[in-house]
Amino acid sequence: MHIVVCIKQVPDSAQIRVHPVTNTIMRQGVPTIINPYDLFSLEEALRLRDKFGGKVTVLTMGPPMADTSLRKALSMGADAAVLLSDRCFAGSDTLATSYALASAIAKITETEPVGMVFCGKQTIDGDTAQVGPGIAKRLELNQLTYVERIDAVDETARKITVERRAEGGVQVLSTSLPCLITMLEGTNVVRRGTMEDMLRAARTEIPMWSAAKAGITDTALCGLKGSPTVVKKVFAPPPRKEKAKQIDVTGKTADDIAAATLNALFAADARLEETLFRQAGH
Amino acid sequence: MTEAKPAPAAAPARGKMKVELSDHFKTYKDVWVFIELERGQVHPVSWELLGEGRKLANKLGVELAGVVMGAPGDSADAAVAGAYEYGADLVYTIQDPLLADYRNEPFARGMTDLVNTYKPEILLLGATTLGRDLAGTVATTLKTGLTADCTEMAIDDDRSMGATRPTFGGSLLCTIYTLNVRPQMATIRPRVMSMPDREAGRTGRLVVHSLGMQEDSIVTKILNYIPDASKEDAHLAYADVVVAGGMGLGKPENFKLVKELASVLGAEYGGSRPLVQKGWIESARQIGQTGKTIRPRLYIAAGISGAIQHRVGVEGADMILAINTDPNAPIFDFAHQGIVGDALTVLPALTETFRRHLAQKRAAE
Ligand SMILES: Cc1cc2nc3c(=O)[nH]c(=O)nc-3n(C[C@H](O)[C@H](O)[C@H](O)COP(=O)(O)OP(=O)(O)OC[C@H]3O[C@@H](n4cnc5c(N)ncnc54)[C@H](O)[C@@H]3O)c2cc1C
Repeated sequence: MHIVVCIKQVPDSAQIRVHPVTNTIMRQGVPTIINPYDLFSLEEALRLRDKFGGKVTVLTMGPPMADTSLRKALSMGADAAVLLSDRCFAGSDTLATSYALASAIAKITETEPVGMVFCGKQTIDGDTAQVGPGIAKRLELNQLTYVERIDAVDETARKITVERRAEGGVQVLSTSLPCLITMLEGTNVVRRGTMEDMLRAARTEIPMWSAAKAGITDTALCGLKGSPTVVKKVFAPPPRKEKAKQIDVTGKTADDIAAATLNALFAADARLEETLFRQAGH
Repeated sequence: MTEAKPAPAAAPARGKMKVELSDHFKTYKDVWVFIELERGQVHPVSWELLGEGRKLANKLGVELAGVVMGAPGDSADAAVAGAYEYGADLVYTIQDPLLADYRNEPFARGMTDLVNTYKPEILLLGATTLGRDLAGTVATTLKTGLTADCTEMAIDDDRSMGATRPTFGGSLLCTIYTLNVRPQMATIRPRVMSMPDREAGRTGRLVVHSLGMQEDSIVTKILNYIPDASKEDAHLAYADVVVAGGMGLGKPENFKLVKELASVLGAEYGGSRPLVQKGWIESARQIGQTGKTIRPRLYIAAGISGAIQHRVGVEGADMILAINTDPNAPIFDFAHQGIVGDALTVLPALTETFRRHLAQKRAAE
């Protein structure tokens, strides 16, 4: 089976700093990584390929330098990569992004039919969890989000059974291929590539597709133009006016501090004592 | 990190920022809230959103509607009644056995149909696994804008909705608009908005719509549903009292000090993200941007620095008590009460003092 995994190159958010005066993101020098949530989907796709044979193609939309993330995915074991890159994609929101990615997947399908598409659950920079469902809708793929486990895949019958996280429980769902899956984080252990994969990744030619190459004829559906949402304002969270009232701790024992704390809490919120009393009763 | 120069902000320069609605979209009005009914229960986030939806509807001078989809029966009826009591003026409902359990296809179809028929200008959904799964499909079908995980919503003079959400892992906030398409869609996480008062006996109008699908045409089947053994993550988000620990506890064994205080207070416990990453606590216990949002009466944070990603998850607490050895820790910027001290000695003292105090009060009753 041919599986496409959509990945995104994101700034390593642990290292993002906000400029204290201008409130702008300081991107320079911040390393980029594959969106961590995507790795669980990539791993799951690779496992299916290892088990059933076939091929895993990684796909990303981004600037030309996003090829480093694709190469990383190749070094982990993916077989092929496609970089979707065009100026007309700049400023895409999730609707425009899912359009571009879905178009590219449709193009890939023309030569090599795609049985499954994987996306990350969400990204760490945008956090929306919307692109996966967007692609599924556009390509009419059966949508399986927040998957914890793939129980069974029957390639001949084109059936798949998965366990999907719902609120308060797990749904066991069966559906037909082709489908789109987003994996829940922590559901598998992401592999390191073999030496062989790393060497192959370094040699692999990664094709760069323009919008036209991806079969997109109407660029009004891409980028800024194709995005119904606009970001009007970016700002730092407003500080709270007052700082915490400090309990006097100088020269006090822990017990004195605790007693003073209870007094301070109950003085500040008269109903709190009653709340605690009710709570602790159960 | 190497020395960094400020680069342009997250938002690229946008061309037209003004709303220009076509005559078609001008007919869209009212604020809708999707009432999430799953396995007989309404997710409380739906009531929270009715509270927020009420404010938006009042500002716009339009009606507030709930959307109830589910199998016909008592729980759907209860959801409709609940929607009125939490503020809906009317309820659109699709009741069909095919909607007994959540599946993307029939729910997306039903919701899309309702929107196309009755034309709301705003549609709000909870940012749950169900809400996000559904919202993504519906927005794509309608080719409209969807803003995820909003923390604040406001109506501008031109009647458009500004949806504010954290971005870049919570370091910044941004305000997003859907300019020329309706409805304006947004998802909001549980506990971000406060629970409105329930007005018992309040009722409203009911609009019944049909799904018009057959089981044969729905590809995805539900084979089974395995309820979680422990429901603790739900409890954490909705707990009245929460005690949490952070890296300041030093080592995993010390986390028991947090659990002991929680137990005396009848509270839920949780922690900062590094504790989850290190395996000290389960991920369902993580509090913050990428964990649970909490809204307790009392939140006690021990050995937590108060990074922005943690802060956004706890700011709704009525009272925050922070214990930290560092008087300059950022948590003191948003906590209400602070103790500059060692959590390892302060926590057991608090546990003992609360235990004694509550025992005395119980004896006096
Ligand atoms: C994309 C992204 C998402 C994130 N999401 C979350 C999230 O959801 N939730 C979350 O919590 N974090 C999140 N983080 C991580 C966050 O940025 C912080 O790194 C994290 O909250 C810090 O945890 P901490 O306060 O426990 O540890 P530290 O920052 O290491 O702070 C430890 C604190 O303990 C104090 N201390 C030390 N010894 C003692 C003692 N004996 N007694 C009392 N105090 C002591 C120190 O003064 C310090 O303030 C996220 C980060 C990113 C990049």
